[in-house]
Amino acid sequence: MLHVLKSISVNRPRHEVYEFWRNFERLPGFMIHLEAVTVGGNGRSHWVANGPAGRVEWDAEMTEDRAGEVIAWRSLEGSDVPNGGTVRFTDAPADRGTIVQVDLHYDPPAGKAGAAVARVFGEDPSQQLRDDLRRFKQVMETGEVVRSDGSLAGAGQGATNQRPAQPVEVRVRS
Amino acid sequence: MKATCWMGKRTVEVRDVPDPQILNQSDAIVRITSTAICGSDLHLYNGFVQPMMKGDVLGHEFMGEVVEVGRRVQKLKVGDRVVVPFTIACGNCWQCRHDNWSLCENSNPNAALAEKALGHATSGAFGYSHLTGGFAGGQAEFARVPFADVGPLKIENGLTDEQVLFLSDILPTGYMGAEMCGIQPGDTVAVWGCGPVGLFAILSAYLLGAERVIAIDRFDYRLEMARDRCRAETVNDETVDSVSETLIEMTAGRGPDACIDAVGLEAHGHGLEYVYDRTKQAVGLETDRPIALREAITACRNGGTISVIGVYGGLVDSFPMGTVMNRSLSIRSGQCHVHRYMRPLLGRIQNGEIDPTVVITHRMPLSDAAKGYDIFLNKVDNCEKVVLRA
Repeated sequence: MLHVLKSISVNRPRHEVYEFWRNFERLPGFMIHLEAVTVGGNGRSHWVANGPAGRVEWDAEMTEDRAGEVIAWRSLEGSDVPNGGTVRFTDAPADRGTIVQVDLHYDPPAGKAGAAVARVFGEDPSQQLRDDLRRFKQVMETGEVVRSDGSLAGAGQGATNQRPAQPVEVRVRS
Repeated sequence: MKATCWMGKRTVEVRDVPDPQILNQSDAIVRITSTAICGSDLHLYNGFVQPMMKGDVLGHEFMGEVVEVGRRVQKLKVGDRVVVPFTIACGNCWQCRHDNWSLCENSNPNAALAEKALGHATSGAFGYSHLTGGFAGGQAEFARVPFADVGPLKIENGLTDEQVLFLSDILPTGYMGAEMCGIQPGDTVAVWGCGPVGLFAILSAYLLGAERVIAIDRFDYRLEMARDRCRAETVNDETVDSVSETLIEMTAGRGPDACIDAVGLEAHGHGLEYVYDRTKQAVGLETDRPIALREAITACRNGGTISVIGVYGGLVDSFPMGTVMNRSLSIRSGQCHVHRYMRPLLGRIQNGEIDPTVVITHRMPLSDAAKGYDIFLNKVDNCEKVVLRA
């Protein structure tokens, strides 16, 4: 079982930050490996993650949901990647906004699929989650994932995916 | 469009590159009318600030006319004339809300790289390596300006480009250098480096109430500018045995109350210390040559302040920490929080308290940028500041 724990502070009120995260369908907007999340009834949701190594899917159910405080979920039987997570929202001291703490665990299966999953979730899951949270903070505080010419897709490009700091020829979606 | 591109160490070329486009809905596209080469661009040119990539568009001092705005831009409209601060800041994060704009928590997409290099990331900046985000710079015909409602300062009166262009960086940087000194009546401030930032630090120190300002440099023409245009007393560090002893003597044994390092990581000196730093830097044992900084610390009076606005990139060696600690010195530093100073300094320009045009020695078209870098680096033709017309 792989386990990753990261937190970030967001300069927005706690309930607003919780509400944004509570709508799982928004998560692909800042979690780079997620392609889509579809929310069904009864706290169920369907997750599709994608990466250079391939596509994995799973169904999940919410196991805990306390408004403004905590959201937890776990994948259901038959998932490509058994996984679960908890997000906690607390007030930071004084005027420091909201602390968002994400606790993820997943169980990459053995074999070819396992290797693919590991790559889908990144070479360094801890760094990837940190960059996901950075994009989340940008969306909450500025309304968008911040892009540059060097890092067109925003935070998390790393050194290897940099392009020159020069405008691109092709039209970029925005 | 035409843009000044970094093509390798000591090589810049004005090349045809794609026009910038809106990447975020809070962006504006600016048609640049005036831009300048900064002393800190020379650190990129010389390969001391990394990582750079071949083709990076340089330039972080620019102004012009808004030609396009993203859907979420509210305050700027097409046709507005603006000066753009070199640091990119979102305006909403904890640091921006605390007026620390160069520490914006959201504007640097390469924050992860910066964290590895510096411990924590700094804000994004235009044309200043991939450590500050990989944003294309403004020594070009057009630039994409993120957070257009937050940074760009509208110029709505009759001031010329040359009067307001330096609000983008060097005037606020010099001013912040003086402000960090906490100048009290009667104070003597010493300023290392009579490049444009050093000259603005001198003028600002007087504006903030300094009794005397002493300027240190190795080029007579720059000392002359400090004397004639900025009223400083001057010391040529190549003609005295010891800068700190000279300064201590000039201040009746006390030392300057505050010392500003407007030189940074490529300082020059003479004698064994300079050879030591050059050698360590050349073989990678030290990234920065802190010669001016060491002198500033040594010369400063007990309990005084060292204000560091010269650029440093990494590690310095033989840092006199014992002097700092035992003599109760304070070190203050930072990339300029440009947004904090633009409006008040525009006011000082308007009412005639400061004339930023005094630093300009060369004007040339953008197409001559490579020549501009060369003469600025080599101090040809008494070069102090190059303004490029796009």
